[in-house]
Amino acid sequence: MTKDLSQMTFPKASTPHPKELRIILANAEREDFDASLDCYTRNGGYDVLKKALSMKPEEVHQEVLDSGIRGRGGAGFPAGMKWKFLDRKSGKPIYLICNADESEPGTFKDRQIMHKDPHQLIEGMMITAYAINAAQAFIYIREEMPYGAQILDQAIAEAKAAGFVGDNIGGSGYSCELIVHRGAAAYICGEETGLIESLEGKRAYPRIKPPYFPAALGLYMCPTIVNNVETLCHVKHIVERGGKAYSEIGTPNNSGTRIWCLSGHVVRPGYYELETGKVTYGELINDIGGGLRSGRSLQAVIPGGSSSKIWRAGERFSGKLRNGTEFDWAIDDIPLDFDSPAAAGSMSGSGAVIVIDDSADIVEVLANINEFYAHESCGQCTPCREGSLWMKKITHRMANGGARPEDAQLLASIGDQIAGKTICAHGEACAWPTQSFINKFEDKFVAKADDKSPEPKSEFQMV
Amino acid sequence: MSNSTEDLITINLNGKDVEVPNRMNLVDAAEMHGVEIPHYCYHSKLSVAGNCRMCLIEMGTPGRDRATGDPMLNEDGSAKIMWVPKPVIACATNVSPGMHVNTESETVKSCREGVMEFLLVNHPLDCPICDQAGECRLQEFSTDYGRGYSRFIEEKNVKPKRTRIGPRVMLDDERCILCSRCVRFADEVIEDHVLGFVDRGSYSTLTTFPGKELDSNYSLNTVDICPVGALTSTDFRFKMRVWFLRETPSIDAESSVGCNTLVGSREGKIYRITPRQNDEVNDTWMPDSGRELYKAVESKDRMDRYAIEGRPVSADEALARAAELLQDGMVAIVGSAKLALEEQFLLAKIREAICSDIPAYWVSHYAEGDGKLLSADRTPNLRGGLLSGFSDSLPVTDLSDLGAKIDSGEITTVLAVGEKICAAGLTDEQLKKAKVIYAGEELCSTSEFAEVEIPLLTVFEKSGTFVNQQFRVQKFTQAIPGPSGVLFGLSNFTKLHHHLDADSPYAPSPAAIWQHMAEAVPEFAGMTFNGIPATGSVVSSDRFAELDFVDGPSIHFQPKNASVEA
Repeated sequence: MTKDLSQMTFPKASTPHPKELRIILANAEREDFDASLDCYTRNGGYDVLKKALSMKPEEVHQEVLDSGIRGRGGAGFPAGMKWKFLDRKSGKPIYLICNADESEPGTFKDRQIMHKDPHQLIEGMMITAYAINAAQAFIYIREEMPYGAQILDQAIAEAKAAGFVGDNIGGSGYSCELIVHRGAAAYICGEETGLIESLEGKRAYPRIKPPYFPAALGLYMCPTIVNNVETLCHVKHIVERGGKAYSEIGTPNNSGTRIWCLSGHVVRPGYYELETGKVTYGELINDIGGGLRSGRSLQAVIPGGSSSKIWRAGERFSGKLRNGTEFDWAIDDIPLDFDSPAAAGSMSGSGAVIVIDDSADIVEVLANINEFYAHESCGQCTPCREGSLWMKKITHRMANGGARPEDAQLLASIGDQIAGKTICAHGEACAWPTQSFINKFEDKFVAKADDKSPEPKSEFQMV
Repeated sequence: MSNSTEDLITINLNGKDVEVPNRMNLVDAAEMHGVEIPHYCYHSKLSVAGNCRMCLIEMGTPGRDRATGDPMLNEDGSAKIMWVPKPVIACATNVSPGMHVNTESETVKSCREGVMEFLLVNHPLDCPICDQAGECRLQEFSTDYGRGYSRFIEEKNVKPKRTRIGPRVMLDDERCILCSRCVRFADEVIEDHVLGFVDRGSYSTLTTFPGKELDSNYSLNTVDICPVGALTSTDFRFKMRVWFLRETPSIDAESSVGCNTLVGSREGKIYRITPRQNDEVNDTWMPDSGRELYKAVESKDRMDRYAIEGRPVSADEALARAAELLQDGMVAIVGSAKLALEEQFLLAKIREAICSDIPAYWVSHYAEGDGKLLSADRTPNLRGGLLSGFSDSLPVTDLSDLGAKIDSGEITTVLAVGEKICAAGLTDEQLKKAKVIYAGEELCSTSEFAEVEIPLLTVFEKSGTFVNQQFRVQKFTQAIPGPSGVLFGLSNFTKLHHHLDADSPYAPSPAAIWQHMAEAVPEFAGMTFNGIPATGSVVSSDRFAELDFVDGPSIHFQPKNASVEA
């Protein structure tokens, strides 16, 4: 699989849309920027690491706390807070793991960073490692990104030779090795305890929590922090700008920029780095993404990766935000941040916005999603293992002309029997699509019983 | 399961305050108070996996103010309970003071219905031909906690049906609910990493690692702990419906560990032996080898008739002839550490009735111990031989001393009880020269040369006690009748004693003999046969502190002096 990297090129995104604010992608998408250390240092690379090393680890941590940055992996948990949970009393070594198992369908941002700007990730990781006093750092990269692993390996070797990784980093006396570990193609390895098990060489069965919270009993039963690629890259920019200054980007509680992955039935799918909370779903889909294809109308939007709950076109969402602001939104009005999609009954998840127009049969869409989650269930715990495949079998039967009117309620009930009852969040990930599709499109699922033809109905094959 | 009283705490279980040991597993704690929390993957002797999700319950703990750390109170002054918003698994929950647990709520009920339904959607439901039927957790819990009807109309998954995963264990993957008990048992208890899952999701399949098989001497424990019919014993498979079996408490007689067992029999025939939980001896395990011992009952070499010079006779004739020989000759007695305590006691009394000075021998049966539940001493009752007064020293490795005495004419008559003396260093010539009275379970060359043959009952055909390596007196109970014509219980011994001593006070039941032993043996003072609990009673070993026992460690036993271990 090894390729001559000098022969490899990764297409760069065009000049930024006026609504974009590129921080993470600022260098990566430049035509004159490559993955070499030389190019990186010419552009100020590793200066922030040097700055961090001149600070105390607690000070670096404080900057990250001040920044308010929330994890870009899917759960949106404040990263600085996560680091606070580290069990430092145990005396055991602390590990840092970069979760580069980007696998949520619709998500394709981390790979851009790793392919085009690997040193940014390495620098972010070494700053983080220093801040949490990690004894060893890992990048767990999914099997399907062989070039990413190769690029990172090469970048780490360069960084190590230059003294930015390994022994006595930048002459600071702090040492930390960084190792790239390739997964073996399983979605569940993106679940942090599953990832840890896999990194230990075992089946990626997620651990039960309690007691196995990574911050206390993580890799090799030692305190461990697992952060997403994008999150770790942001750490560099937080330290560079200062936590307070960084927190002013975006909106309160939703600071910084975020890379959104737009896919589905839009004219210009792609990844767009936006100031969090300052752009709406409507702007992303219609302006930045070029809108729907002509003659098509919006049917639904999946706002944060295929596991997030679907929104039906024409829906209105109203209520009160945590800060007291009342809202009354259509899909187009919802700000692209962490809190707003949650207020609208779904989540921003991994930042993958999937647009579905009226050319798709909604039952087939769910059948497609269910196929994925049934295939990716690790099989450890009962509800997810059996429920995900059962839902897949039902939706496939429905899509192939065998639907019964009662299937909609059966599906919803199966989803209810899974969500909240499993070892890890894959239970929710497989149940939420079904629950929300039935919730929002029950009419179409019931009406599917009248369709006895086994032929697929969607414009693009889904089943 | 700890029962220490010093660390009791109060939890609220379904609205009732109950006392349980602090930190105890919630599944066990609830069980202590008669509340069943159904579970498949949890096993008290294995690590917690938390994968079956059957034990989901609702749980809350007393709240504490985040700022001050003070307990939060309701308006009425009671502790404010912070209920966990989602159901939690009881098996991964240890009880803590003030914890509130609800196992009866609608949420819990629907969780159980859901898990039961999921477990059955790809289960073959082949109960009519499944050996587990009748003791199957799927059957039990679907009756108790399931919906009672199926909503599944899709095709079920197909998996391997008859996989031999070891010489004694067969696997049906379609029945497997992937609870991982067997995997954890192999990893944690026998430390033989041979089992694992391949494939994923609902297609996950239990299998052995390439080139390996589950051939440990403890492999059949996986069959016991399998909550469903996925793992079955090749020996027991398709032989008998379990609801016909009568289960009799017994003891594994293959070594001095004394694993507690249950003997499953129907109409006088034994079908299987399974372990019986004793947390001080064998936990819930036993060796595979001990499960085969019942085959001795119907062995083709079984000695099932009395004989004089090879001619079948009545029991009374044989015992009268034996008594005559014992009164006439220069007698030596060979006893056995395989006999029951009561038999050893009576044999000691028989020796006294002949003459206290006659030599008494017993032979050791040592092999390599496995450090688990098979000790180096492969007899069940060596300590009993000492306590009963049959011998005050450890058994000898062979009978060459007796042989020399036969050769020299010092000994003319040998009473061998429960020991094949032919296999213990006596030559055919010596057996021919001496008049041999052989009491045993099996025909052998000793019986060929014996003047009188007296058949003995196996451990399954009599009741009595063994004293294991911990000096724990453990009872076994008669599971099946002995061969027709063989005297019941202790009658061989009491009748022989009666022939030698017309005033013999001994009746042929263990309870009667225990009345005598309680007086004669200081360690047994105040004890009765019926009073011995199911898990045994440990008696003092002080009198035998000087003896170098050969046992080696087992799961719940450490020899006092490790340096003398074989």
